[in-house]
This record gives sequence, C-alpha cells and structure tokens, in this order.
Amino acid sequence: MSNFFNTLFKSKYELTTEQLIKRKTMFSFFVFFIMIVLGIIFWITLKKQPRDQAGVQAPLRSVLNGNEKVFSKIESYRHLAKTYPKSMAAKKVRVNGNVGLKSDLDTAAWRLHVIKTSGDTLFITLNEIKKLPKTEIIFDFKCIEGWSQVSHWGGVKFSDFAHYFHLEKEVTLKYIGLSTPDEAYYVGIDMPSAMHPQTLVCYEMNGKPLPVNQGFPLRMIVPVKYGIKSLKRIGTMYFNNTRPKDYWFERGYDYYSGL
Amino acid sequence: MKHIVNKHPLAIRWFHWINFPIITIMIWSGLLIYWANDVYKLGFGDLTLIQFFPKSFYEALNIPYRLGEGMAFHFVFMWAFFLNGLLYILFTLFSGEWRLLFPDKNSFKEAWLVILHDLKINKEAPPQLKYNGAQKIAYTMIILMGLGSVLTGLAIYKPVQLNWLCALLGGYEFARAIHFALTVGYCLFFVIHIFQVIKTGWNNFRSMVTGFDVINETKHDE
Repeated sequence: MSNFFNTLFKSKYELTTEQLIKRKTMFSFFVFFIMIVLGIIFWITLKKQPRDQAGVQAPLRSVLNGNEKVFSKIESYRHLAKTYPKSMAAKKVRVNGNVGLKSDLDTAAWRLHVIKTSGDTLFITLNEIKKLPKTEIIFDFKCIEGWSQVSHWGGVKFSDFAHYFHLEKEVTLKYIGLSTPDEAYYVGIDMPSAMHPQTLVCYEMNGKPLPVNQGFPLRMIVPVKYGIKSLKRIGTMYFNNTRPKDYWFERGYDYYSGL
Repeated sequence: MKHIVNKHPLAIRWFHWINFPIITIMIWSGLLIYWANDVYKLGFGDLTLIQFFPKSFYEALNIPYRLGEGMAFHFVFMWAFFLNGLLYILFTLFSGEWRLLFPDKNSFKEAWLVILHDLKINKEAPPQLKYNGAQKIAYTMIILMGLGSVLTGLAIYKPVQLNWLCALLGGYEFARAIHFALTVGYCLFFVIHIFQVIKTGWNNFRSMVTGFDVINETKHDE
C-alpha cells in the first residue's frame, strides 16, 4: 500500500513528509467517507426492496430460505428434542394465543378432516385416534417469543397416525397443511418435521384431556419447531408439494421456524 | 523530524469498520427479538437496579411488536457477523498480527499499570509495542466474546439439531441469558473504547482509517 502511495504521489516531484502525511490522510478519509455513503445506500436500498406477501424484503427472505436449506440438511431423525422426567413438567401450562379457538365448537360433531390426494376426505373421530398406540413426551416447549416451558403431552405419533390411516402416498409429499375448524389459524409443516418421531397428534396434557385453551379435542405437538407450528384444535389436515398457507409466515415470520 | 510508520494493515481496518454497522444491526435486531420475552434484570432480592428494558427505552427506539422483522434481519446478518469475525481471526493468525494482539504473561501486570496511568494514579505509562497489556486483553477478550455470541446464538437458534451445543452451554435458557449478557458486554466495550479513542487523540484515530502513525522521533524510523 505504501509503495502505491509513493508511486502515486512521488512520481512527478518530491513531497515533504508533511505533504505526504496530508495527502495520504486526505485520500484515506475520502475512501472512508465513500464507504460510509455506500453503506448507507446499501441499507436504504435493502429496506426498500420489494417485499413478499409477509412484508419481508425479498433478499432477506432468500437468505432465510437458504438458512432452511442449510439447517434442514443437518436435520435428522436422530436429533431428538431433549426429554425430561414427568416430575419436571409444569402443572400450570402457559397459554399463548387463541387464534382459531374463538368460535364455539360442537365437540360431539367434531371430526378430524383428512383430505387425501385422491380427493377423498376421511372423517376421523377422537375415539378412533385414541385407539392407536399412545406416545407421551415431556419436553421443553419453545415459543418463538423466547420463553420455554417443560410440559407433558400425550397422543399418537404423526408417523403412526399416517400409517394407520393409510396416508403412505400423502406423506411422500413435501408439506402437511393444518387449519382450525373456523380456518382462522393455519400452518404448514415440512414433511420431515411432521414425520419426526417426536411429532404428535396430541389429545392429552398432563395425563388429562386437553383443556379448551390448549386445543381440545386435538392439537399438534411439534417439538422440532417453535410453538407457532403446534396448531391447536385441528379441523382439517391436507398435503401438498408447495408450502401450505401459514398464519405467522403471512405476518413476517420464517416459514421453516425449525429448532 | 516526522516519520510515517505503518501501523494497521488494510485488512484489519476493513474488518474493524465493517464490523461496526454489522454489530449495530445485530444488536438492533436482537432488541426487536428480546422485547417479546424481556425477562432480564439486575438486582438483589426484590430490589431491581436495572430493568432490561424500561418501556420508555423501547418506545424511544421503536422496538415493540417487531419480533418477526427482528428475526428476519438477525438470521440474515448473522452470516455477515460470523464471516467478518472468521476472516479477521484467520488474518491475524496468518499474518502473525496475533503476536501483537494476544496477551502474554506480562500483559496482566502491564494492564494494571495502564489502568493506574489512565486513572492518573501513576505518571508513567508502561512501555509498549503496538498495543499495551490492557489493549491486548480487551481486544482478545472481544474476539472470545464474539465467538461466545456465535456459539450461544447457534445453541438457541437450533436447540434440537445442535442439542449437544445447547447442553454444553448450560441449556436453552442459560444460553439465551449468556447471549444477552455478551451483548451488554459489547455496549460497555463500545463506551470505554470510544472514551479511550477520544482520550488518545487524533493521530491514533487517524491510524485506524489511514493505517499509518506519525512518529516524531528518529529512532523509530524503519
């Protein structure tokens, strides 16, 4: 660098040290100033980039989708959420969010609607689901807000559920979509996360039927995702190769939201 | 007689100044995230000394209800923070600059003498090369803190996939607390750093932009 300056500034005539200091300083601060201006322009341009339907700037979204690619590569069925003894499970389980639970539910008439790829819809009762092998999990439920709580859930592994209701063809698709009966809340979950051995179609909390504010009669428990994906009060389940619509994704959050 | 002496390589100046906006964006977006579960405070028993953070603080900085936006920026600029830090470490290692930065067994004693001098208790500052003992400790510590932020950040970003890392760092909630405390550390570092730069004067500040120092003695000529 200093040779560059010497040739730049000394080629035509000799400079005194004072002059050299002055010129090198001027040059460096000029470059420094340009860099600051470029930085500010970069920031303003980034903020002004066209946004997707969720309000996230397109370049940010492409990096977030890239993050999903990077981190879903290391995702594996071998990586399980840490489990805890029953004694550590919270008795008072935190309730966060009631979108999709505000309408009244006729519990006697409730059926889980499973829309198959053939176009047929299965109508499944809670008792049919309770007859399947039961799996319990006590894990640290993590909310996207930043809090977490060890809690105890019981139900059927989604992979078992898919097996017993002959959804072999459906689970080869890339995504599962879920929505509440009133369709006010809805999520999409990538199939590897849905088929993860700890993902439950859940009907019990602390050994008792789910309370209404925890999604009675049936909810998802997806330990490899933030709580936003563990939809309460499942109404409809469907399958797709493209991303099903997702309530929080539409509000600017990451689609994958994997842990 | 004045002499120009090269002080900071271009790469180090570049990493230093690039890091400044990146870490600003990381702290800002981190605040947007932290707001959604702002549980930390400093105090004894029932007495709260510092609340992280008061409502007025959030409102002044327009923090509330921007969690999604915060996560989007945080998980994009994390790459810039990581890469810039990694390149800086690699540069200091391969250029040999680490020898000037890494504390040795005398640095701690020297740092104490520097502090005494800065507090105007001692008249004479201890002799130094490029950095004094206190600087060596501070500039090495800040890199370790950066590494700490990356590791605790990964632990709370992917606590299932990287469950071994999360466990190693004391679990999900502990790692989050460390991640936050390190950020407070950066802010404290920044305050002291700015104070020291102002106190040391123009010649020193200029060297972080131009790369050279102006020395008045002939014996330092090279």
